[in-house]
Amino acid sequence: MTLASDTPKDSFRLSMLIYDTRYRSYTIQFIVLGLVMLFFMWLVNNTITNLADRGKDIGFGFLWSRAGYDIDQQLIPYTNDSTHFRALLIGLLNTFAVAIAACFLATVIGVTVGILRLSNNWLVARLMTVYVEVFRNVPLLLWIILTYVIFSETRPVPKDYKVTDEMIAAGQAPKATMALWDTVAVTNRSTNLPAPLLDRPLGGFDFLSIPINLSVLATLAVIIGSVWFNRRLLKRAKAIQEATGDRPTTWWKSLLILFVPVILLLTAMGLHWEYPVLKGFNFQGGYSIAHSFTALTIAISLYSASYVAESVRAGILAISKGQSEAAYALGLRPNRTMNLVVLPQALRVIVPPMISQYLNITKNTTLGTAISYLDLKGTLGGITLNQTGRELECMMLMMLIYLVISLMISTVLNVYNTSVKLKER
Amino acid sequence: MSKSSFVRTAMIAPSLPPASERGVIKWLRENLFSGPFNTILTLVAIWAIYTLIKGSVPWLSNSVWNAESLRECRDIVIAQSGEEATGACWAMVRVRWNQFLFGLYEVSEYWRPTTAFALMFVALTPVLYYGLRRPATILVGVVSVLLVLALFGLGTDSGHILMMAAIMAVLTAVAWIAPKRLVIVTILFPLIAFYMLWGGSVWGPVGTFVGFAIFALVWWISQRFVGVVVAAAVGLIAAAIWWGTLQTAFTTALHTAMPIELLYIRSDDFGGFLLAFVIGITAITASLPIGILLALGRQSDMPIVKTLSVGFIEFFRGVPLITVLFAANFMLLYFLPPRTNFDLILRVIIVVIIFASAYIAEVIRGGLAALPRGQYEAADALGLDYWQAQRLIIMPQALKISIPGIVSSFIGLFKDTTLVALVGLMDPLQGVTKVVRSDTAWKGIYWEPYLFVGAIFFLVCFSMSRYSMYLENKLKTDHR
Amino acid sequence: MKKSVLLGALAATTMIAGFASAGTLDDIKARGELICGSNNGLTGFGAPDADGNYQGFDVSLCKAIAAAVFGDQSKVKYVPTTGETRFTALASGEVDVLVRNSTWTFSRDNDLKFDFVAVNYYDGQGFMVKKDLGVSSAKELDGATVCIQTGTTTELNLADFFKTNGIAYTPVTVADDAEAQRQYEAGACDAFTTDASGLASTRAAMADPTAHIILPEIISKEPLGPVVRHGDNNWGDIVRWVHFALVIAEEKGITQANLAEVIAKSEADEAADPEVKRLLGIGDNDMGVMMGLDKMWARNAIAANGNYGEIFEANIGTSTPIGLARGLNALWTQGGLQYAPPVR
Repeated sequence: MTLASDTPKDSFRLSMLIYDTRYRSYTIQFIVLGLVMLFFMWLVNNTITNLADRGKDIGFGFLWSRAGYDIDQQLIPYTNDSTHFRALLIGLLNTFAVAIAACFLATVIGVTVGILRLSNNWLVARLMTVYVEVFRNVPLLLWIILTYVIFSETRPVPKDYKVTDEMIAAGQAPKATMALWDTVAVTNRSTNLPAPLLDRPLGGFDFLSIPINLSVLATLAVIIGSVWFNRRLLKRAKAIQEATGDRPTTWWKSLLILFVPVILLLTAMGLHWEYPVLKGFNFQGGYSIAHSFTALTIAISLYSASYVAESVRAGILAISKGQSEAAYALGLRPNRTMNLVVLPQALRVIVPPMISQYLNITKNTTLGTAISYLDLKGTLGGITLNQTGRELECMMLMMLIYLVISLMISTVLNVYNTSVKLKER
Repeated sequence: MSKSSFVRTAMIAPSLPPASERGVIKWLRENLFSGPFNTILTLVAIWAIYTLIKGSVPWLSNSVWNAESLRECRDIVIAQSGEEATGACWAMVRVRWNQFLFGLYEVSEYWRPTTAFALMFVALTPVLYYGLRRPATILVGVVSVLLVLALFGLGTDSGHILMMAAIMAVLTAVAWIAPKRLVIVTILFPLIAFYMLWGGSVWGPVGTFVGFAIFALVWWISQRFVGVVVAAAVGLIAAAIWWGTLQTAFTTALHTAMPIELLYIRSDDFGGFLLAFVIGITAITASLPIGILLALGRQSDMPIVKTLSVGFIEFFRGVPLITVLFAANFMLLYFLPPRTNFDLILRVIIVVIIFASAYIAEVIRGGLAALPRGQYEAADALGLDYWQAQRLIIMPQALKISIPGIVSSFIGLFKDTTLVALVGLMDPLQGVTKVVRSDTAWKGIYWEPYLFVGAIFFLVCFSMSRYSMYLENKLKTDHR
Repeated sequence: MKKSVLLGALAATTMIAGFASAGTLDDIKARGELICGSNNGLTGFGAPDADGNYQGFDVSLCKAIAAAVFGDQSKVKYVPTTGETRFTALASGEVDVLVRNSTWTFSRDNDLKFDFVAVNYYDGQGFMVKKDLGVSSAKELDGATVCIQTGTTTELNLADFFKTNGIAYTPVTVADDAEAQRQYEAGACDAFTTDASGLASTRAAMADPTAHIILPEIISKEPLGPVVRHGDNNWGDIVRWVHFALVIAEEKGITQANLAEVIAKSEADEAADPEVKRLLGIGDNDMGVMMGLDKMWARNAIAANGNYGEIFEANIGTSTPIGLARGLNALWTQGGLQYAPPVR
């Protein structure tokens, strides 16, 4: 609103609150604020009356009482004697697990598909178009359910892996065998992977009731250290190359630096693998990943990848053809043109929709409730809400948590946007 | 003159290019096998297509269309193609198609939602082709024919078919004679559709309409004296007085005098794709104006209005739709006065409107942001006030830019209507499927309903997205 | 802009049911129909059929209540609820009575502020496994994967059972009965646990029922019955006594078929069973008034779908695909637990 600041001062009249543009905005804001506050007071008042009517109160004390139910997938220890708060944590971690895995997979698939859609291979380009259109135009919920059904209907039951003495005697093979040299079994319930075990672990401690494993920390530290040393090595090699024109051979040094320390540490801790073995009803030992997790991750990734692919394609197409032609003229080969010329520029266009896609993925993890994946919605907003009957508290807490997660992702997006913004005019 | 010549006098026929450079082989070589990497890709693609076909074709080719239960289906497949064969049992769709489309809606009243659906296209005609005689007439005509055919297919009684055919004929004629007049249908469509779907006494919607008329009248008279915004508030108060106090008396009186009514259908009977369309279309139309206001609020110079808009938008964009739906189920009744009680469907529609308006607001903000600053300055220079500038200059352009975004929001919303099953409504994907599977005859059926519902969703969403792409190209006037 | 405001206002003006008066019964009478929270996906207990009409054991109780209040069993509106949404629907007043195989527990009674007014089905949580699994007792299920329906008491019972027996299991929570059955049949879980009645109904619908066995352990008590909100005792009494009326009718041998005959006989015969007379409102007996109903209430309730035994047989009894025996739900005179206080 442009105001003439040097207008002669009139005496103030009440009607100026409506007619004078200088004051009108204050009037409007005042009224709006008043109305909104009244509205909220009305809501709060209603809530209090309703709660009193039903003899309920608001309190979060229930979070510290015994949960009493079991959760099939847990990243930190949990039993049915744990508290509802612990169940909430488990749910939150499960949400993160799916969100992170799906973001990663969606990016990989999406970028690949987006590039392949522009490929000059007729068949592949068509196939990718079909994939993108089919996945974008059918509800995600359907994909989640279908993927889950496919897993549980087409994979063999654990019993099929059983080899009995009679079968060996008769020379029969079991109906199903484990993949990858008998280390991985994908049954219709879960994916069973070998787990690393340590003979001489470094121990650990509990931090805020979340167990911290020192062995894992140590391994990670060593890996990060190695990578850092390797980068220094390469930097030095580059410096020498630029100074003298000769590049010292580094590959064996890199290999040494990258692998030897880790291998030494792991051997010192006594690393060996625990393979899943069929015992009783199920595979025991190793990691067992429930199909609700796998199906949810795959379905969300494939669905979101179709959106990512579209933004990747749009990003690449947005780079004018002159750029790649110039690169060809310089004698760059197609894949180097893509990597060195087109992609760096396209990223500016691609990344913002990609991050908002990450936001969508995080929100879409709540659909896991349809296949009973116990994420935050499943524990806090599902079983806990149900068993305690604390709808208001559970729903408010859950919305708050999702809101905080979303706002964090949007903050990252905004920071990125400002950092890559073209400094124009 | 017979002498040898050093230059050929007759042209020899051009020989064909080498085999690898012509016809199918060339095409194959260039498009599929142009290098080792491409060859591998092609082989992988062929393998993927082959597995897909190998997995699905026997199952599809063994389809059974006539059976009364899943077991009967399986028996037929085994009898036809041997012990190990599997086959799709589309008989389920044949028996239960009506629930997938209409839920538990009264069977004899199927013509009502169908007509409402057809009228929606008539209402859309002026939006799509304002004042264009030919396309408008073609669209209305085609819709009319399809409607009559559909009504025949649904087994509607001939009286209603004749009535609808007459109405549609009149509309087609209007589209030919005075295509701009169809706007009346657009304006009245919400009332008509509401009445067609729910039924009851005809005077309820009429009373509501009178309220709007009062609003418009009061606004028109008072806006000259007090300005647009205040006039709207005054009009709203006048209309609210009508709705709150006088309307009931008015409608009851009219109803006793002239009881014209359709069979009243309860919201709980809505289901299947009918429910998905009702939620999706209501939410998108209602969220458009709210979204525009929010977007304007977010761009406003007034800090309080801006903060409130930003807070509203970010909150609803930050939480997943499921939590909002559950909130509608669990929390909304806490927030309303004690003993207020209304339908779950209505509650769901309200929260979906709120949810969608936050997204629409962002789409429209994108449109507003894309406008060059010069447009605003030009409007100011012409001496237009805020609302005039918005109405005459800013919004027409911003909305045009936002159309693809709005359509894709709608597609997203339409797909998201499947989530209402999680709060117990009968959506086509999970709600109806659950009902079907709880029938002892169809227990254990799972691929067929999902594929059927998925195919319909695909058809609807795909055609909408294609249409929006077409529109985007058509409206592109900047020729960049 | 017009369109949407229009719809909002339409909704507001025509669909919000009013701010009603004191009692649930008055509300129902004013509204002209009973709102019954129901299951829409449990075979035999509550599910719409191909024509969209709700059918089942629990649904029949809703119909009987509507018949007792209005004399017309069709004046019911069924609100489908899920395991998760049912209690909120009741607490918020969205439904008048919840008849959705809900277990009567201490915390639901006291913490959620509900009244379980009767028990129309005595149940217990059991396990079903495939016969070729070679399991004959639930205690042999160490390490098994078990399917459970979420939002129910079975989750807590299951955790307690495995804990007290010191054996491990993997829970797979599923949203509804059909999904549980799909997973179980596909072998995604070794055992399926829910109320024994639900197990029987699921088993009956399987391709080969004999390939599945229901294990002998019943690990919990699951008294299922109609639920109303705390605080409106009159309405609670009505629901309770409609159920009892159906039980007494069975006890006295009054069926849907012979109802008219019994009425005629009792009216003619001075010496006819006085309790039957009181129940059916014959002569100057007018017990219904005490509850705010008319004297025909029990007649109408029985005429709707027959007595308790008839409803049982028609929906879940041995002649149906579900094939449940009366068991605990036989009358007390036949060794069961269904016992109604006298009408006096």
